[in-house]
Amino acid sequence: MTSIIGPASFKFFGIFPAAILSFVLPVIGIGLFAYIMVRRIAPLVRANPDNRFDHIGLRVKNLIFVWLGQMRQPRYMLAGVLHICIFAGFLILSIRSTSLVIIGLSDGFVLPGFGGFLGDIYNFIKDYAATIVLIACIIAAVRRGIFKPGRYAVPEKYGKDHTSEAVFVLGIISTLMISESLFEASELAYEFQHTGQEHFLAPLSLVWIFRGIFASAPQNVLQGLHIFTYFVHDLTFFFFLCFLPLGKHFHVITSVFNVFFMRVQKGKIKPVMHGVSDDKLDDLESFGVKKLEDFTWKHMLDFYSCADCGRCSDHCPANAAGRPLSPRFITIKARDLIFKNYPLSGEIYKSNLLVEDIYTEDEIWSCTTCGACEEECPLGIEYIDKMVDLRRGMVDEGMVPQSLQKSLKALEKRGNPYGKMEKKRADWTKDKEFKASWQIKDLAKDKADTLYFVDSITSYDDDMQDIARRTSIILKKAGIDFGILGKKEKDSGNEVLRFGEEMLYQDLKDQNIETITQSGVKQIVTADPHAYNALKNDYANLPPVKHISQVVAQKIGTGELDLKPCQNPEKVYVYHDPCYLGRHNGIYEDPRQALDAIDGLTRVELEKSRDRSFCCGGGGLMLFYEPEEETRMGVLRVNMAAEAGATVIVTACPFCLVNIQDAIKVAGKEGEMEALDFTKLIEQHLF
Amino acid sequence: MEILVCVKRVPDTAENEFELNSAGNDLDRDDLVYSVNEWDNYAVEEAIQIVDKVGGSVTVITVGDDESEEVLRREMAMGANNGILLSDDAFEGSDGKGIATILKTEAQKGNYDLILSGAQADEGAGQVGGMLAAMLDYPYASLVNKIEVGDGKITVGREIEGGNQEMNEMQLPCVLSIQTGINEPRYVGIRGIRKVASVDIPVKGADDLGIDAGSVGKKGAKTKRVDYFVPDMGEGAEMLEGSTDEIIEKLIEKLKAKGGL
Amino acid sequence: MTQIFAYIPFNNGVAEDIALEYPSAAGKIDAGASLTAVVTGSGPDLDKVANDMTSIYSQVIKIDHADLAYPNADIVRKALKNILPSDAVFLIAHNTFGMDLGPGLSVKLDCAYAADIVDFEGIDGTTLKAVRQELGGAVSTHVAIDIASGAVMTVRPGSFAPVEGGSANGSVVDKSGEAGDLSSKRKFLEIVAAEVGDVDITKSDVLVSIGRGIEDEDNIEIAQELAEAMNAVVSCSRPIVDAKWLEKSRQVGTSGQTVKPKVYMAMGISGSFQHLGGIKGNPFIVAVNKNPKAPIFQVADVGIVEDILDFMPELTETINDL
Repeated sequence: MTSIIGPASFKFFGIFPAAILSFVLPVIGIGLFAYIMVRRIAPLVRANPDNRFDHIGLRVKNLIFVWLGQMRQPRYMLAGVLHICIFAGFLILSIRSTSLVIIGLSDGFVLPGFGGFLGDIYNFIKDYAATIVLIACIIAAVRRGIFKPGRYAVPEKYGKDHTSEAVFVLGIISTLMISESLFEASELAYEFQHTGQEHFLAPLSLVWIFRGIFASAPQNVLQGLHIFTYFVHDLTFFFFLCFLPLGKHFHVITSVFNVFFMRVQKGKIKPVMHGVSDDKLDDLESFGVKKLEDFTWKHMLDFYSCADCGRCSDHCPANAAGRPLSPRFITIKARDLIFKNYPLSGEIYKSNLLVEDIYTEDEIWSCTTCGACEEECPLGIEYIDKMVDLRRGMVDEGMVPQSLQKSLKALEKRGNPYGKMEKKRADWTKDKEFKASWQIKDLAKDKADTLYFVDSITSYDDDMQDIARRTSIILKKAGIDFGILGKKEKDSGNEVLRFGEEMLYQDLKDQNIETITQSGVKQIVTADPHAYNALKNDYANLPPVKHISQVVAQKIGTGELDLKPCQNPEKVYVYHDPCYLGRHNGIYEDPRQALDAIDGLTRVELEKSRDRSFCCGGGGLMLFYEPEEETRMGVLRVNMAAEAGATVIVTACPFCLVNIQDAIKVAGKEGEMEALDFTKLIEQHLF
Repeated sequence: MEILVCVKRVPDTAENEFELNSAGNDLDRDDLVYSVNEWDNYAVEEAIQIVDKVGGSVTVITVGDDESEEVLRREMAMGANNGILLSDDAFEGSDGKGIATILKTEAQKGNYDLILSGAQADEGAGQVGGMLAAMLDYPYASLVNKIEVGDGKITVGREIEGGNQEMNEMQLPCVLSIQTGINEPRYVGIRGIRKVASVDIPVKGADDLGIDAGSVGKKGAKTKRVDYFVPDMGEGAEMLEGSTDEIIEKLIEKLKAKGGL
Repeated sequence: MTQIFAYIPFNNGVAEDIALEYPSAAGKIDAGASLTAVVTGSGPDLDKVANDMTSIYSQVIKIDHADLAYPNADIVRKALKNILPSDAVFLIAHNTFGMDLGPGLSVKLDCAYAADIVDFEGIDGTTLKAVRQELGGAVSTHVAIDIASGAVMTVRPGSFAPVEGGSANGSVVDKSGEAGDLSSKRKFLEIVAAEVGDVDITKSDVLVSIGRGIEDEDNIEIAQELAEAMNAVVSCSRPIVDAKWLEKSRQVGTSGQTVKPKVYMAMGISGSFQHLGGIKGNPFIVAVNKNPKAPIFQVADVGIVEDILDFMPELTETINDL
């Protein structure tokens, strides 16, 4: 006997060629896998269309940074690093795994190009990869099984705990690493015993360790180990392949697609049906998602791709407030429903209405569309569009809570959710003191370059009207020629759209676009991030839109606006990023620059800031509807500010201002904390 | 079950501010928005829920002008099967009895098991349902907050003082006026209304119904509104001054007058 | 001569307060009219009430029948149709019974109907002038009622001054025999009482409503005491519910309950739009707040700038001493 007998040539009990097994296992494995995949694709084929082939450049960028670069993973450092190790290991070892399958049929097979020097470099790298993967799996298993971090917990109403599935898979991966290394180590040990030749192996790698352990094992043991570990690896590998589509590890296969197809435009809501233009909406039989198959294929793919990591729910403000919503379980429940209705064998079950079946109405109404979930998800899973689609379905069926019906009706009749008269929309300009110094142009009668879009809450809420006045003063002092739409302005509809009342949104949008176009303005400014978002992202054919903080930052930069030194140097200011300014539209620095331009202003940062900012709970219509909750989101945020040592929370959004003001009182922090609008702070510091 | 629901188009109390016009004798109607009377909406929802359970159809009917058609359509968008508009110049100025007379002629034509109306509307009288019942000689119950359909009869709960509920058994056909809160009306959005935009709604006048013009309209009305006015209440609250004792004394006087004590 | 008849509602042998108000109402209709009380029912309670009314009304008609033991509007209507003269002017309280009885009665008597009247301004020929409200109390109207063939009118309790009883020396006329056929297609079954412990603020005529001015959960007791003194119920604005000091069912507001009381005591409530949105029906609003600029003072009828924690106990004490 010269060298070890590889699986391609080995014969069990001297008669049965192992190669048959090496052939049969892959055939069955791949065949079964193909069958499972076909079954899994079935619901996607029945799903609604989705347009995911636009912006190819951005999609490739996502693929590189989010998928390959794993750039969202380190947001949770330990878990992130562990995953990056395992992911990178998988990619690197894919080559080895492929060659291993063929090694079972042809001894010593090496992939083309991997002979010689390249092959040696690869082997060196892959040995460390396998080692690191094993170490990562062990740490991960201990973390999941023993330390049990909170975000993996499964609340009782959602069923059994998922830890065993997680640990099981870590065990499988570990088995693959160990068996692969042992397979190689056994051969190398045999070689060494036989020829005295010692291959250079990556020191301290798994295979290096195993070779050391088995260096003096009897040759028949090594031979047996070699064949045994090969088939353990082969079996485990194909088992794992077929296991992937059965649970959360489906993401191993779907992630590359899911990331490629993920959202490339923030702040925008999907159309009711891709491919159906606005004027054809009346022809649709049904709006929104009522049954499982009403989702688009990408949303179904999202359900498959969930790795059950819980990062979304961990950052969901609704979840933190104790509302019945947990984004992770929106996905997991839908995924489980797909598995149930589209079983691997047997007939496909007819879907029931989702909102009676797996979701509750309150659960769907609980979402504030803040986008924190989508920002965290390393797999590019979307939630906002799904929530909106589910709401569209409920609205179509008339399932709208009574208190919300009132505000929707008011929007329909009066163009604002308060039901107040249109002609009073510009009453904020009539405040005695204000009127004495400042006249505001009405674009129905005058012309101006710029439109100041005020939107409903700022126009009608007694406290918020102050924002409008101060914004006007800032614009005037910055030398901007502007006017307002006055009574012709309708609610921007940002919330209406997100609450699923599509046709009402279209109505408001059409009226606004017409009025704005008629006014002939060249740019739009607003102090309301919700309006900003709608006008910039959801509307079309409008002049460019800016938020007041961008205008202020720009004018400070050019010197057209000069700020006084801080009038209250003893206060500690913290800036709270509004969801619709920050996360959805990427405006983080402008407001901060403006604040920092005030000499002597002490500013601190919240731990959850910028794209991790915690929603105040605002979102227009939320003032009119309360899902069940344990605490108010605003209160949680105020407590965060207090912990950061702040005494003033600066907000750049009227809804944030309302919610945080309220929350300060509920939290009993009156006197310790105050809420201050950005426009008020700036205006107070203007010369 | 064949159900007829009487509805009315009224100025919306939530979304309007009511002011007198410059002549001082009517409301300033320029900026008013109208919608279906809230109580009537609850009645339609109840009718639809009953029909969902036991089968049948819901017909909504109103006495009004062209603009009243929009409330019929809205209720049909909600789920009512048919709509009928009773409109004629001769009907203008009718008092409650006039309206009931007009409704009666049409109600008699269909074979309705149940006739519903809202407990009251913008005038706050709550009269048409009861009058209609008396004209048809059907039993009547007002302020209904619960309906259980049986065989040829129904069990009805009325909201009475103190939050109590008076249970009655009524033989069909009967007339009920419905109180708010009996159910949670489903939402009707713009889309729903657009879907029924082209459904046919028959319009019937005095001749079609065979009504003598003298018994309805202004001529037939025994109760007529003469004008609107706003009682002098002053601006904002009347601020009570003086020592706490004096204030309390004044307050108690006022509370007694207003039924607070 | 105008003949006015007034229906006396009673409970457990005690006539309701409206019985004392009818005479003033009748006086405003026509000072020279005859005024007769009508009581229906069965048994000793009926007798007692009929007798009590003789000190206020010169004539009291009593209809005693087993079927009238519970005031079933359908049956009462039939009885009244048979005993009332053809041009009677009939007054009832505008309450749940009045709304049930009145409209149909006016049809059977073939006369005018007017509901929820708050004032009368006398007769001119055969036209009676009255005042009512529309649009949830937002506006008032003058109405002209043709009473040539009588009228059925419901009057709002509390709108007319009560008279002091005692001097009428009236007599009871038993017209039970003239009641006629009282068979009906509506049968009274039972009263289902409101759930005990579950306070339904929407059913109370008087609300003592607290806002942030209450400052502490322990102070709610002060409001409770005032509520008890006023035979009222405690309600609140949203912050109180958020702080979990009271249940959600106590909240008045756009995202809470809608209430239509007669009197609304806004104690330490600033008067946010969301809160006021839950108050309908134009109640008499008394606002007490230590901030003279609180928006509630713009919508309240009476305003008092005081700290509710001092004011409420004093008010409670004074009321209890009455």
